[in-house]
Amino acid sequence: MNELIIILASAVLLFAITLWKRKSPANLREIPALTRLYRTLGLSIEDGTRLHISLGSGSLLDARGGSALAGLALLRHIAERTSTSDKPSVASAGDPTLGLLTQDTLQAGYQAAAVEELYVPTSGRVTGLSPFGYAAGAMNIMKNENVSANIVVGHFGSEAGLLAEASDRENMILIGASDELSGQSVLFANTQDALIGEELFAAGAYLGAGASHIASLTLQDIMRWFVILALLGGAAAKLIGVI
Amino acid sequence: MRVFTAVIAIAAGILVLGGYFLPALADVQTLLLNWAVILAGTAALVGIFNLVSVHSDKIRRQEKGSGYSILLLISLVVTFLFAMILRPDHEAMDIILNGVIIPIEAALMGLLTVSLLYAAIRLLRRRADFMSLVFLVTAALLILGSATLPFGNMPVLGTFIRPWITQVLALGGARGILIGVALGTLTTGLRVLFGADRPYGGN
Repeated sequence: MNELIIILASAVLLFAITLWKRKSPANLREIPALTRLYRTLGLSIEDGTRLHISLGSGSLLDARGGSALAGLALLRHIAERTSTSDKPSVASAGDPTLGLLTQDTLQAGYQAAAVEELYVPTSGRVTGLSPFGYAAGAMNIMKNENVSANIVVGHFGSEAGLLAEASDRENMILIGASDELSGQSVLFANTQDALIGEELFAAGAYLGAGASHIASLTLQDIMRWFVILALLGGAAAKLIGVI
Repeated sequence: MRVFTAVIAIAAGILVLGGYFLPALADVQTLLLNWAVILAGTAALVGIFNLVSVHSDKIRRQEKGSGYSILLLISLVVTFLFAMILRPDHEAMDIILNGVIIPIEAALMGLLTVSLLYAAIRLLRRRADFMSLVFLVTAALLILGSATLPFGNMPVLGTFIRPWITQVLALGGARGILIGVALGTLTTGLRVLFGADRPYGGN
């Protein structure tokens, strides 16, 4: 029942914060990787080069679905912004259901930019069904499709190292985030600015994806303070022998 | 149509979530999850068609690397035909899996070891800051502390420093990161439940 209370309280707070009209724009701390991502989006359109968005092999049917959904939200925004580019973005997924949603999300981005006729269904791809198979397929896209930057956002384990190595060999920008600890450590060692932990879920808010994304960040901060207080309170209670 | 899909998706999401807390919804939850599993299986088939379509296009347009696409399609068709004729549990299919796919993935894992070592060496050149230094020193200490020596664990490093780093510092940090990821997952899930994010067709 505690879980239900947490979910309901979070839902009410998220709803309220989303509807709350801010008098001034939200003040977000600088995350270098997301600043770089914002700049990369603009540069790829100007240069006429392609962005490759790797969404990883997270299935939507298990707990890894959260990072996949965050990746899709980011893809939706990128698709809208780069849809009119000479070389539109290409997205890859390592899970069939995620692959289907990738195509749907790309199409929604093109619709929002009012250029649906430019949408090519093969720009959203399933490149493999196992993590390493997926990485091998995604490396092929990086090498052969005039890609200037790789945005690796989703569920990645150590196979992220292969994507990072391929990016480095082709002199591409790599922006990476994973919900898996091994993936995060690999990306930390391989990228100039890595996204750690919950920063993966902040990309939408930083790219201006809407009020709900800003509200999500605010809610995460509020929840984090509750967790900190609960941890400190629990430790103090244990110390004085209450629990 | 978009409103219709959103209503169905939100209702399905609420029913599945409700099934975890309300026993009355457990049957509906099981039914919806079973449908999801069937759809995921069908999506695998669609994913394979997508793969074939992408690589056929590459071959037709004679794009860079289309030789690999030819190899991929031939392998796919041959494996598919073998599996259809012999059935998936036949010995020959085991040979394809154990003799081709698993060794290739193991080889990729081996390549990863080299590329990770190379990345660690270049880390300070790419990003010379305090955290990179901490990362490298910690990795070096853990590797040294885990080294198998003829006389047993390395004194102090293997018996005290490595366990302290892994059980106290690394475990604490990992839990912090995982709590952050869990909070992010919760808010992302709620956004999808509210229909603010709709990755299922529509703006």
